[in-house]
Amino acid sequence: EVLSGVVVITSKDTVQHQGISLTMEGSVNLQLSAKNVGVFEAFCNTAKPIQIINSTIEMVKPGKLPSGKTEIPFEFPLQMKGNKVLYETYHGVFVNIQYTLRCDMRRSLLAKDLTKTCEFIVHSLSQKGKLLPSPVDFTITPETLQNVKERASLPKFLIRGHLNSTNCVITQPLTGELVVESAEAAVKSIELQLVRVETCGCAEGYARDATEIQNIQIADGDVCRGLPIPIHMVFPRLFTCPTLETTNFKVEFEVNIVVLLHDDHLITENFPLKLCRM
Amino acid sequence: MCAYTNWSAVDSALGMLRALSAVKEMHARARNYVSESEVCKLESVPLDFGDYHPLKPITVTESKTKKMTRKGSTSSTSSSSSSSMMDPLSSVLDGTDPLSLFAAAADPVTTAPPTDGARRKRDKDESSAVGSDFEPWSSKRGEILARYTTTEKLSIVSGKATTTGSAVSEKVRTRLEELDDLEEGSQKELLNLTQQDYMNRIEELNQSLKDAWSSDQKVKALKIVIQCSKLLSDTTVIQFYPSKFVLITDILDTFGKLVYERILSMCVDNRVSLPDNFSPESVNDTAKETCLNWFFKIASIRELIPRFYVEAAILKCNKFLSKTGISECLPRLTSMIRGIGDPLVAVYARAYLCRVGMEVAPQLKESLNKNFFDFLLTFKQIHGDTVQNQLVVQCVEIPLYLTLYSPAIDWILQCIAYHAPDCCDDALLLNSVMSAFRAEFIAARSMDFIAMIKECDESGFPKHLLFRSLGLNLALADPPENDRLQILNEAWKVITKLKNPQDYINCAEVWVEYTCRHFTKREVNTVLADVIKHMTPDRAFEDAYPQEKFLPFLDMFQKESVRVEVCKCIMESFIKHQQESTKDPVILNALLHICKTMHDSVNALTLEDEKRMLAALINGFIKMVSFGRDFEQQLSFYVEARSMFCNLEPVLVQLIHSVNQLAMETRRVMKGNHSRKTAAFVRACVAFCFITIPSLSSIFTCLNLYLHSGQVALANQCLSQADAFFKAAVSLVPEVPKMISVDGKMRPSDAFLLEFLCNFFSTLLVVPDHPEQGVLFLVRGLLNVIQDYTWEDNSDDKIRIYTNVLHLLSAMTQETFIYHVDKVDSNDTLYGGDSKFLAEINKLSETVVSQILDHLKTLGKEETLKRQSQLAHYFFNTIVAHGDLRNNRLNQLSVNLWNLAQKHGFADTKTMVKTLEYIKRRSKQPDMSHFTDLALRLPLQSRT
Repeated sequence: EVLSGVVVITSKDTVQHQGISLTMEGSVNLQLSAKNVGVFEAFCNTAKPIQIINSTIEMVKPGKLPSGKTEIPFEFPLQMKGNKVLYETYHGVFVNIQYTLRCDMRRSLLAKDLTKTCEFIVHSLSQKGKLLPSPVDFTITPETLQNVKERASLPKFLIRGHLNSTNCVITQPLTGELVVESAEAAVKSIELQLVRVETCGCAEGYARDATEIQNIQIADGDVCRGLPIPIHMVFPRLFTCPTLETTNFKVEFEVNIVVLLHDDHLITENFPLKLCRM
Repeated sequence: MCAYTNWSAVDSALGMLRALSAVKEMHARARNYVSESEVCKLESVPLDFGDYHPLKPITVTESKTKKMTRKGSTSSTSSSSSSSMMDPLSSVLDGTDPLSLFAAAADPVTTAPPTDGARRKRDKDESSAVGSDFEPWSSKRGEILARYTTTEKLSIVSGKATTTGSAVSEKVRTRLEELDDLEEGSQKELLNLTQQDYMNRIEELNQSLKDAWSSDQKVKALKIVIQCSKLLSDTTVIQFYPSKFVLITDILDTFGKLVYERILSMCVDNRVSLPDNFSPESVNDTAKETCLNWFFKIASIRELIPRFYVEAAILKCNKFLSKTGISECLPRLTSMIRGIGDPLVAVYARAYLCRVGMEVAPQLKESLNKNFFDFLLTFKQIHGDTVQNQLVVQCVEIPLYLTLYSPAIDWILQCIAYHAPDCCDDALLLNSVMSAFRAEFIAARSMDFIAMIKECDESGFPKHLLFRSLGLNLALADPPENDRLQILNEAWKVITKLKNPQDYINCAEVWVEYTCRHFTKREVNTVLADVIKHMTPDRAFEDAYPQEKFLPFLDMFQKESVRVEVCKCIMESFIKHQQESTKDPVILNALLHICKTMHDSVNALTLEDEKRMLAALINGFIKMVSFGRDFEQQLSFYVEARSMFCNLEPVLVQLIHSVNQLAMETRRVMKGNHSRKTAAFVRACVAFCFITIPSLSSIFTCLNLYLHSGQVALANQCLSQADAFFKAAVSLVPEVPKMISVDGKMRPSDAFLLEFLCNFFSTLLVVPDHPEQGVLFLVRGLLNVIQDYTWEDNSDDKIRIYTNVLHLLSAMTQETFIYHVDKVDSNDTLYGGDSKFLAEINKLSETVVSQILDHLKTLGKEETLKRQSQLAHYFFNTIVAHGDLRNNRLNQLSVNLWNLAQKHGFADTKTMVKTLEYIKRRSKQPDMSHFTDLALRLPLQSRT
């Protein structure tokens, strides 16, 4: 694909320059979480950025630009460095994939070089092939729970439901249904928690970090028993990307169904999601 | 053809009477039944039995129907909103700070100048979306505010109007969190507000929303709206909730309007605003993107109630994105409300959604209905613990609490009812209302309901269901005293017109209860009469039987005679209209119940006529019951029926016949070869009959049934059982009374007895002798019984029977009997013409003949001469037909009898002439030459 646009230069009078060039850069920045390594290390051991793309073109030969507004159109082919894959732009907490376009105007020794940087977004093409829906049915009862200290003290409940698919198209909402068939204790709230899991692997081992990126309440208060409650969550545009798995890092998503009972019991059911762009 | 065998010598005539007494033996002529029947029988026509055969394996002809793959034409509209969506990251224009993105996203909104003209125009079109006949929200608004007030202190949590800039410093904090909460520091709870303060405060918020908007602080505006809608999840001071709802939705309306106008203003290209009914295609990308941004922002609101309200508030903006956006959103929002646990909060959320829906898309009725039905589904929550606890805490009584619902429900119903496409919806709702609300509520307004039901369109939701629902309510709760009769009158007026018996009975059953509760016998009678009228024949209402309420309905007829009358009607029409036999357990159960009711009504005072009628009805039912090949089930049904209907003899008789039939059916299916299992089953049938018959009081019925069942047992190779039947019959004969009652009149029984005995003897021909009993044990036994029976003095029946016994005995001497029972060896096979056996028969016939002749002698008196003549002629006929006339003595006997018959001029000349002609005709057949001689010896006496 070709990145195209115009460079606009506005000046009061004519500008002498040593040439204008465009540089395209793309890199993956991994940062180890302070949780996993010492605070000190966290700053030092920032893994080396992985360059995905880096190319420069000369737009204008050294010369003069007329006064007023000058628009220079350009077209810049996206070419990978070596056999690197072009990932989607992604801004996470520990993983960042960023593409920038830098316009440099070199000038004579006396004047400072002018630089303007602009981020551009890379959006992967729709993945080939049909997305197979993978519906999940779930039933939550005290018996299905793990990490329970005193199972006996738990109120009885039965929650059923399904997710229409755990393979999600990123532009489509996550949908499903949930039925509180019975619950001894009153339900306080039911929430959908979208969690992003970033995993960085590097020389020091690997770090896995989960961040809650969205929390949506789908039920508030003691809901009617036996009545299906819709599960509906739009993926936030800025904080989600297609599930990414590479040798060095991974970005994955999970959704938690969190049921909060009135006696402050917190029930969580976790579902890994696979996001993709269609 | 006819080989004559020597039977025995007959001492031939001396004087007529003396001669008669001398002849003690009878010579039966040998018969070849096969060739005789060939000569006599009519031309046979082959019968076509068709393809049916019970043992033929059932073949199912497979009919393959082409499967119509109906592919649902799903309109792929859902993607339209998302397809136009751009890269979610595209709004990141500079830098990586997510917080700055928000401002960027909101940027385009601010840049576009609003055009006043467009706004005014749009205002106009908004108001015209719903007709003027729709009572607008604004008129409700004031009413609600005036009605739901409180003196309690209120509290409000709100944000201080501060700038939002301070949050930017925290890098990690997402803007979503920011949306959820206003800055902690600026948040404070205002306690102890009076109602007026509260309203002022909300008005302040409204104002600050407008201010924030106009000063381009879109984020703040959104926050204010979210804060406001959050207040709606708070149900403290519950009696104020409706008013709070009104106030806060005002703010939401303002917000929705602002957003819509802003986006609309962005669509202005070249100073030309969009037409009123613009299509999404004509909306430019910037406007769409802005619009999408709003929806994304709202979709990420953490809490359910604010997210719902804010999205509902800007529902109209879906118009910018796609044509079907609204129609997709409404159902989603509707089901989203299910997540709201508090029923009061939920119903107001529904009311708001309906309101917005009506404004934006009044044509989308489904969501309105769905809202209502969802509400009905959750209605039970009101009585749940959560709500009850809350009410206790707030010291609110249930009646007061329920009134809080009414504005919302009223509004929802008004929306639904408005321009309902047809009354179907109306009626449907009415029905739901009636089934959902408490009976007391409905009962109190039953006159209104009746009026509404009457208005409903005939073509829509069936009215009888409405009346039924109403009736159900009235059965539970009492309507006002004064209305009661009118209610009944109005309702019954409609019910009685129902043509379909099932509809009718559905309604009637519930209304009868109402009538019984409130009215005197007179009304109940009227109603019952009407029910019976509808129940009477000519109506195919057998389908109504399976109704689960049908039997309880019958039980409501408390007066037994009426109930029995109803049952009779039902059975009559069942018998009349039921075409095929049934085994439906529901029908069987219901009808058994009905029959039982009828049967139980029989007592000592019941008239014979009545009994017979009931029995006929029950018999009709029993005949209609068939379990097909499940014979065991059939038998157990009969057993059950026997225990149920033991007081009606005709029913027992029918049952015996049915069981016999069942046994024969089994035989037919097995082609006469019983397996071990079917043999046992058949024996069970036989046993059923054997123990049932003695319980009958009518002797002749018993006799005939014994005989009949014995035949069945014989046919099924149950020899000892058959013997038992015949023995029982034989031992019952002495008990036959002289006179029996036939149709209420006393008649002599001898004719019946004669008939039965002849029948019995015919059967005895094929009954094989019991190996341990003597030869012809049963025949002897029967003869003894006849001998001992006290006959009428002046009756010749005994002699007639004896004469008939001669027929039997002559048939028994044949090498092969005239008929057999399949698979049963009769005496002809058992004895194989053994001479001892023949001698026994001869001995028997000798005795019989001498009895006959003795009797003829006693008839020599003047007044009995006619009887003598008749008997002599009868005996003559027997000899001619069965005797071997080549035997001289027998020949002579016949001549003597002939003469005796004619002697005193009592013989009918015509008959004698015909008899003679017959003899002459017989003489022409081969081997019958001796008949010629006989004919010559038979003079005809002229009666001159």
